[in-house]
Amino acid sequence: MNTNKASALALALCLSFFAAGCKKKVQPPPPPVAPKATPTAEVKAPPCRPSVRFFTAEPTTIERGQASSLKWELTCAESVSINQGLGVVGTGASTAVISGNRSVFPSSTTTYTLSATSAGGTVTESVTVNVTAPGTKPPPTPQPTKASFGEVIARELQDAYFDFDKSDIREDARNVLTQNSDKLKAVFRDYPNGTVTIEGHADERGSAEYNLGLGDRRAIAAKDFLVQLGVPADRLRTLSYGKERPQCTDNNESCWQKNRRAHFSGQ
Amino acid sequence: MKKITLSLLLTLAAISQPRPDFMISIMGTQKAVIAVPDMRGAGRAANLMEFVNGTLFRDLDDAAVFKMAPKSMYPLRTPQQPQDFRKPLQYDPNNRTAAPWLQDWSDPPVNADYLAFGYAAEQDNQIVLFGWLFNVRQPEIASAQVLGKIYFGTLDEAGARKVAHEFASDILKYFGVESLAGSKIYFVSNRSGSKEIWSMDYDGANQKQITSYKSISTMPSVSPDGSRIAFTSWAMGQPQILVHSLETLRRIPFLNPRAGTNQNASYTADGKQIAFSSSASGYSQIYMANADGSGIRRLTNTRAVEVEPKVNPKTGNEIVFVSGRGGGSPQVYRMNSDGADVQRLSTGEGQATNPSWNPQGTHVAFAWTRGYDPGNFNIFVMDVNTREFVQLTSGAGRNENPTWAPDGKHIVFSSDRGGRSQIWTMLADGSQLRQLTSAGINEKPAWSK
Repeated sequence: MNTNKASALALALCLSFFAAGCKKKVQPPPPPVAPKATPTAEVKAPPCRPSVRFFTAEPTTIERGQASSLKWELTCAESVSINQGLGVVGTGASTAVISGNRSVFPSSTTTYTLSATSAGGTVTESVTVNVTAPGTKPPPTPQPTKASFGEVIARELQDAYFDFDKSDIREDARNVLTQNSDKLKAVFRDYPNGTVTIEGHADERGSAEYNLGLGDRRAIAAKDFLVQLGVPADRLRTLSYGKERPQCTDNNESCWQKNRRAHFSGQ
Repeated sequence: MKKITLSLLLTLAAISQPRPDFMISIMGTQKAVIAVPDMRGAGRAANLMEFVNGTLFRDLDDAAVFKMAPKSMYPLRTPQQPQDFRKPLQYDPNNRTAAPWLQDWSDPPVNADYLAFGYAAEQDNQIVLFGWLFNVRQPEIASAQVLGKIYFGTLDEAGARKVAHEFASDILKYFGVESLAGSKIYFVSNRSGSKEIWSMDYDGANQKQITSYKSISTMPSVSPDGSRIAFTSWAMGQPQILVHSLETLRRIPFLNPRAGTNQNASYTADGKQIAFSSSASGYSQIYMANADGSGIRRLTNTRAVEVEPKVNPKTGNEIVFVSGRGGGSPQVYRMNSDGADVQRLSTGEGQATNPSWNPQGTHVAFAWTRGYDPGNFNIFVMDVNTREFVQLTSGAGRNENPTWAPDGKHIVFSSDRGGRSQIWTMLADGSQLRQLTSAGINEKPAWSK
C-alpha cells in the first residue's frame, strides 16, 4: 500500500517537474518517415483498389423455404453492399479486412452480386443460389452410408403365402416367417425406432368385403407367429388391404397365389 | 362323370325351381298398356323435344308398371291437346282425314289402356310442357282425362329432362308408384386416379365425385333419409368407417372401435343405428352401434370372418350377413337383431356374398358362385321365408353387390361382362339390362331415395 502510493507519487512528480530527467527511461519515437521522392512531388499515397478474397453461398442449392449462408471477406473497401435488397452490409477503413455473413431465403434461384467500393474504385463478385421446389430432390447428394429402415425391411423380409380362403400358416410360410423373425430381431437392434407393418392381402376371387376380413386374419396370423418366436409385438402392426392392392392382376392360379400373402414394410 | 355332375346339377336346378308366382310377388301382376307418342315443340322448344320424349318414355318404361304399346302400331293422327279429339258420329279407323279419337288408341293394333300426350312451347325464355294422361277406354272425353298439368323448365337439355321427369312422375303417382327419377345411385369409381365415392342419377346422368381422399374409399351406404353416407376408407391408415354429410359433403364424426378393420357400415331403417363389421376381437365380427359409433354391441361370437350385416328395412328385427363359420366358404346367413337364431340362407355351395334386402323386407338379392368357379358371381334373389331363389344373371362375367331401388322392382349391381367392372341396372326379374357407367372401373353401387 505504502510502496504503491510512493511510486505513484514519484511518477506524478517526475511527469510534472522532472520531465527531462524521466525522458531517459522512455523509448525514443521513431524517426519521421521521409517523403518518397516522386516526380510529381505529391506526398499522398494512391488509394488502394478493393479486393474480394472470397464471396460464397453455402449451400449453393436449397429447397424452397430453406436458408443459404452468404459469406465474404475482402480488403481495401470502404463500403460493401449486396443487391437483391440486402443493401450495405459493411463499411470500413480502406486498409482493413472486412468479412461478414448473412442468411438468405430466396424463393427461386437468385444471383447475389457483392459490390465493394473505395476511392480506388469498385469491384463486384457474384454467387448464385439454386432453389428447388420442395419434394424434388436436389442434384445428387452423397448417399447416407446406412440404408433406411424401410429399405432394409424390403430387402431382408420375404412374403408369406396362404391357401385360398385360408389364414393358416402353411409349412413354407413357417420357414419364411422363421427366417423373417431372426432378421427382424437383428434389424430391430440396429434400428431401435423402426416399426414393421404386416399387410394382409387376398386374391381377387372372393368378395372385397370378405377378403378385407380375410386379409386381416392373414396379417394377424403372421404377426402372432412372429411374436411366438420372440419378435416384440409392440413393433409390429397389421394392415389389411383385402384385394384392393394386388401384386399381380392376371386371371390364373400363379397370380392368385402371389396375391394371397402377408407382406412386410418398414416405417 | 361329367354326365353325372350335369344331371345332378339339373336335378338340383329342378328342385330349386321356385313357384311360378315367385316373381309376381316382387314385380306385380297385371300391367296397364300405355301409349306415349312423341310430342312436338314450338319455337326453340322444338330442338329439345328429343330429350323430353326420350326421358318421358324411359321413365315410364323403367318403372316396370306399364306395358309400353309398340310405337310402330300408333295411329297416324296424334292429338297434341284434348281439343284435338272429336267424337265421330260413326267411328272409322281408316278415315285419315277424321280428327283423332280415343278408339284410335284403345282398339287393335295399339290396344292401349292409357295415352300420355301433349306438346311443348317456348314461353318467356322457358320450356313449357303441357301434358295429359287419358284413359282411352272411356267412351267420352269428359271422363277420359286422368291428368292434365303444365310443367316449366329452363330452355336447355336439363330443363327439357326436368319437365319430362316431372310429367312421368305424376303419371306414375296416379298408379301408386314412386318414380325413380329423383333417386340417386352412389358408387365407387377409380376414374380420378384413386377409388372415391361418386353419385349419379338413376339413369346414369349427372355423375359427380363425392369424396377426394386420394386413398381407397369404398363400400358406400346411404342413410334412409339420404342425408348421410357411410363408407370404408384407408384415408386414416387402417380401413375405418367414415361418415359424410351429403348436404355439406363434410365429414361427420364416427367413433370407430379400436380394430384392424372396421367396414361395411349400413343404416337401420330409422337411420339411428349402424350395423357394421369389425375385427376388434381379432376376427371380423358383426356389431351394431348408434349412428355416431357410440353404444357399440357385438352380435356374433365366432372364430370366423363375418362381414356385410344388413338390417331388415321393414321389420328391423332381422339381420342378414356373410360368414365363413364352420370352416366353409362364405355363405349368407340370417339372425335376429340380437344375434340369436342364426340360420344359413344359401345352400352351402360356392361362395355367397353381398346380401341386400328389398324395401319390403321379404327378399334378399345377393351374389353367388353356385354352379360356377370361385369368383364367378351371379346375382340371385331369395325369398327369405321360403328360401326359394332365382338366378338373374348367368354366364356374363362377375356380377356383384346387388342393391334394390326404392321401388323394390329394380336392382343395381356391378358387372365386368364388358371387360372392366361397370354399374348396371336391371329389373328384379333379370330383364331390362342397362349400363350406367363407362369411365374407369366402377363398383359397389348403392341405390338411395
